[in-house]
Amino acid sequence: MSQTLIDMKNVSFQYEYTQVLKNISLKVEEGDFLAILGPNGSGKSTLLKILLGLLKPMAGEVQLFGQSNEVFRNREWIGYVSQKSNAFNSGFPATVEEVVKSGLTKKVGLFKKMPKDANDKVKIALASVGMEPFRTRNIGQLSGGQQQRVFIARALISDPKVLILDEPTVGIDHENVQSFYDMLAKLNEEQNKTIILVTHDVDTVSNRISHVACLNQTIHFHGFKKEFDTISQNQLDNWYGHSVRKIH
Amino acid sequence: MIEAILNYEFLQNAFISGLIIGVIAPLLGVFIVVRRMSLIADALSHVTLAGIAGSLYLSQSFSALVLLNPIYLGIVAAVSGSILIERLRRLYKHYEELAIPIIMSAGIGLTAIFVSLASGFNTDLMSYLFGSVSAVSRQDLWVVVCIAIVVILFIFLFFKEMFVLAFDEEYASASGLPAKSIHFLFMLVVALVIAASMRIVGILLVSSLITLPVAASMRIAKGFKQTILYSILFGEAAVIIGLSTAYYLNLAPGGTIVVTSILILLIVILVKKIILKTNT
Repeated sequence: MSQTLIDMKNVSFQYEYTQVLKNISLKVEEGDFLAILGPNGSGKSTLLKILLGLLKPMAGEVQLFGQSNEVFRNREWIGYVSQKSNAFNSGFPATVEEVVKSGLTKKVGLFKKMPKDANDKVKIALASVGMEPFRTRNIGQLSGGQQQRVFIARALISDPKVLILDEPTVGIDHENVQSFYDMLAKLNEEQNKTIILVTHDVDTVSNRISHVACLNQTIHFHGFKKEFDTISQNQLDNWYGHSVRKIH
Repeated sequence: MIEAILNYEFLQNAFISGLIIGVIAPLLGVFIVVRRMSLIADALSHVTLAGIAGSLYLSQSFSALVLLNPIYLGIVAAVSGSILIERLRRLYKHYEELAIPIIMSAGIGLTAIFVSLASGFNTDLMSYLFGSVSAVSRQDLWVVVCIAIVVILFIFLFFKEMFVLAFDEEYASASGLPAKSIHFLFMLVVALVIAASMRIVGILLVSSLITLPVAASMRIAKGFKQTILYSILFGEAAVIIGLSTAYYLNLAPGGTIVVTSILILLIVILVKKIILKTNT
């Protein structure tokens, strides 16, 4: 039986006077490829921050790998790929290799040197996202989609069990979105990475994804992609207003 | 000039501490610039000036304090300034840059008060403002050496964490690094470097030795480590050329070092443009 990696029970959160998350319960099993779908202001980022341990829920509890979030220390098991647009300034003077290698920092630990095989690990991580040829380029010279792949390699290098991606397709050309999903699906199938991605764009919920969760303050739906496909536009409108459109 | 350096202690002090600062200022400068904190160095230098003016005033008013080296109060002021900036940055989360003018004007304001309390200083204050070849004492040199050891130890111990923090702060916290503590240590080290550099380049020009070599290096370097290497090379070149010119022409070294840095920057920008043009 597959293990439950993430288990949120009745999680609520509010900023001063605004309720952002209400009674969220969400289970993610090992091997899932989950898309959390929610428009702007639906609480996506807050949910991610709680998962990453950057925010504490005001009510409810979060378990990661069977441990309470508050005592969970193996953060390197969770690879985080932040939204490209606000992650860094594009002129940053670093090569792709340096950026990917920095993903080992937590795993290696304070006061310790990078291991000798770090460069080999960089090559393997870059190869798995198809970016090996760009190893010595400066990160700022790459396109948005290429940078996104480099950031995934940075997350992969510490061999996480879960990958969490925040709006990964923002800044990727429409034609390249499909190959991007193919790559994620490959990581999911071949390397058995559990993948959670957060998106506002229902179009990007591709057929490669196994599960979908609909979030707008609370979880309206959580199930297989196939079940999600049977949800009517009316129902989506109910949950999201008119900001989320299904295109068939 | 080499003969003069061998013969005169004050020149030895100036050159050795200049060479040391030429390494540590651009070294930390790379992290400061890529984190878009260049102006924080400026704000801190003005606070340091308040500490120095305070110290000069105290030693003028209380004869017991006459031997107190102003660099110590300068360090205290810089460190407190860096802590205050952090506090303010957290208080004004969406307007982080507000911390800079607040701290900067506090520094200048206090300096003005101390200067008028002492009814004007002699040339001493001038040497703190624009640096001096002759004013560096053996004691100053030792302070610079100690600070350099702290800075290099800090970078050596936290290099990979500092890189992650500089590249992507959110990612640093999300991956479980002690981002806040490392950032706090970083700010303390920045304050120390500013206090250390002031004798040579002067308080008003400290931030230039932190940022200008980095600005030049970023035009041509490939990757992060190369950026650091070139920054240090440019920093050293500026210090050596600047100090020599200051000595021969009897100028304030702060001015000559900064003008040399700017010339290096201009040459690098020009050469890069020419190379790009010939390649296309």
